[in-house]
Amino acid sequence: MATETATPAYRTATAFILIAVAAGLGPLLLFAITQGGRIGLDAYVWRVLSFTLLQASLSTVISVALALPTARALVRHRSRARPILLSILAVPQSLPAIVVVLMLVTLFGASGLMGGLLNLYGLAGILLAHVYFNMPLALRVFTQTLQGIPPENRRLAAQLGLHGWSLWRMVEWPALRPVIPRIAALIFLLCAGSFVVVLTLGGPAATTLEVAIYQSLRMDFDVARALTLSLLQVTLCAVLVALAGRSAWTEQLPRRRMDGDTYEAPGRAERIFNALCILMAALLVGGPLLALLVEGIRHISPGLLMLQALMTSTAIAALSTTLALALAWPIAWRQRRARGLTTVTPLLGLIVPPAVLAMGWFILVRGLDGGALLAAVLIVILNGLMALPFAVNIVAPAVASWSERQERLCAQLGLSGWPRFRIAEFPALRGPLAQAGLYAFSLSLGDLSAVTLLGSQGLVTLPSLLHAQMGHYRSDDAMGTGLLLAILCLGLGALANSKRLAS
Amino acid sequence: MKKLLATFACLAALAAPAAAQTTLTIYTYESFVSEWGPGPAIKANFEKVCACTVEWVAVTDGVAMLNRLKIEGTATKADIVLGLDTNITEEARELKLFAPHGADTSKLKVPGGWSDADFLPYDYGHFAVVYDTEKMPVPPKSLDELVNGDPAQKIILEDPRSSTPGLGFLLWMKAVYGDKTADAWKKLKPRILTTTPGWSEAYGLFTKGEAPMVFSYVTSPAYHIEADKTERYQAASFTEGHYLQIEVAGAIAASPELDLARSFLAFMLTPGFQDTIPTTNWMIPAAETAAPLPAAFGRLVTPSKTLLFTPTEVNTNRRAWIDEWLNAVGN
Repeated sequence: MATETATPAYRTATAFILIAVAAGLGPLLLFAITQGGRIGLDAYVWRVLSFTLLQASLSTVISVALALPTARALVRHRSRARPILLSILAVPQSLPAIVVVLMLVTLFGASGLMGGLLNLYGLAGILLAHVYFNMPLALRVFTQTLQGIPPENRRLAAQLGLHGWSLWRMVEWPALRPVIPRIAALIFLLCAGSFVVVLTLGGPAATTLEVAIYQSLRMDFDVARALTLSLLQVTLCAVLVALAGRSAWTEQLPRRRMDGDTYEAPGRAERIFNALCILMAALLVGGPLLALLVEGIRHISPGLLMLQALMTSTAIAALSTTLALALAWPIAWRQRRARGLTTVTPLLGLIVPPAVLAMGWFILVRGLDGGALLAAVLIVILNGLMALPFAVNIVAPAVASWSERQERLCAQLGLSGWPRFRIAEFPALRGPLAQAGLYAFSLSLGDLSAVTLLGSQGLVTLPSLLHAQMGHYRSDDAMGTGLLLAILCLGLGALANSKRLAS
Repeated sequence: MKKLLATFACLAALAAPAAAQTTLTIYTYESFVSEWGPGPAIKANFEKVCACTVEWVAVTDGVAMLNRLKIEGTATKADIVLGLDTNITEEARELKLFAPHGADTSKLKVPGGWSDADFLPYDYGHFAVVYDTEKMPVPPKSLDELVNGDPAQKIILEDPRSSTPGLGFLLWMKAVYGDKTADAWKKLKPRILTTTPGWSEAYGLFTKGEAPMVFSYVTSPAYHIEADKTERYQAASFTEGHYLQIEVAGAIAASPELDLARSFLAFMLTPGFQDTIPTTNWMIPAAETAAPLPAAFGRLVTPSKTLLFTPTEVNTNRRAWIDEWLNAVGN
């Protein structure tokens, strides 16, 4: 029903999210009150905050600084390798964090192929992993931006004989400049909230807010400190989201085909520089991937445990995808009419640190004899909430544009409720729905954080199996599990990005 | 809908409990129940005499177990908690979850004797820095040499917030350096390759060759001598003395199987349990074994002095000392 009042489905979805968040925060607040303790900013909290900001800043600066010249190099040269390179660059975004950590350990661990080059455990390792994820992200956005420079401008620049530095200063930089703050803010946000990378590669000297929250709950059981850290994390996220603006999440970049001929051919020095940039990007992304592929193929052995983990992971991912879509659908419809709370609720599962939600739920249900099944249900809910903002962001614009074009027509035809969904809405919106679903599925399949936070003995998912194999240095088995997980997530990612769904 | 039901059925099948008999649930640390640890043999030996099923629940390490008890409170599923040490027994006692063990302690052979009515020891050992002689021909001769040594020669430590060896190292530092511990941590920091959540990860990393030193036990080389027939890994003897760990177990008072739990604690001091300790947990048994200790145990470092805080001292200061460590090793 397209009325101005909230639909029952929307009210149910909102209530579900609010109850889930309250069920996480409530028990912890109670514990903090009874346990006592100091909500306050002591030296440790400051240290964690400053390390969070330091590593996120460095990750952002390095990612952007590497991406800028590489994007330029990619656009300047017409090559058959470019589409291949661009599709390789899309890979890191689909990979689970734990798989990336495995790849880096394989290459840069003391007994790895490039061992001794750097100490992976600490700031260096964290930066490497974050750059691996985010440099390609920045690079793809910058490449699209440069490709979107109107041909007239480029033709004019060519007529004026602009090249090299002056071309950069007069044409390319002005196009990139407005994009940089947004992409930088997005990368900063992703790195500031990074959990799995910091948990596995960090240590007491290299801890971010997100991991410190987990540690103060799981290791010290210092609820007051965990709440202090959470408050900081929420504030930091809120500030960044406000700075980045919602546009950073939904931004549609100009997709224009470029005709590379309008550029003057680059000189010899620039050609060498560009080749180096492209080589660096290809090695950064392709190297670890190749290492995983080569090692993984040799060691992939589908044992019973792996099969069980695959089944558990698939079941959890299927259910959390269903949950994310069921929540996203009414919220997306509501968003075309209302703003305010409607835009905040889907973000709650992302803003409130998952460790806090998980611990609260854990305390709440500790008396129940649920075992692995109960843990699985909680993981489904947490994964569903984590995927929700992304699902809403994919579905809501499609719903809005459908509503503009078709809603009045439906009303004239007297179509409403189920028939309208079946005849008009679903056929038009199944593309975005499938895209959101695939995204949620892949996110849940590769997620280690929820199972780390809520897992119980006997509940083995693919990422938790991989983590256990890595923790006990059964690196051969880990490579096999890692490869399987990588292939699944890359397949889902490719499916979600395929042209048929996007159109 | 059918698919949804099928998925639920899958989940249920994966999580189905297997218990029909009385089950004794024991929380312990990971390495205790690994395939090469004492867990499997002890389970088999006790099940022969108890008409029950022993279910091990593995937690990262000893301190993590204490934290789990704090969260679970009286709702805990554990009947027995095995793998705490004397550094955290006082804090564990304050949870008011444990019942007196009621066992005869006269046969215990732990350094300093035993008088705790709630917790019962099952083994003990001195901590030590274990080093790889192939990568490090000259080991540090004291804690001070370790702290001030070449930063290129790394050590792998355990996190004192989750691991009992980790806490043991922190207390060793405190026992030697007192008020100057924070400075000593700062000096040691460049030598630390990484700090792992539990002992298993640290020792795995060490034997994989990631660092020439690891924090472990005086008894660890016995494993390599007996099982691998190699003298490559040795424990460094420190002039300041070595910190002692006495590992204990306790029964949960609210357990419906309290009598069974108590009989397990009594069984813990018999050869059915103690015999497995030297060559699977690689520690010194706390009571009589049927056979004498393996020969390798005679070739181990004998600490010149034993360092040990009382449980009350640790309980009063643990949080402050951990904060001191966090701030010293933080950036």
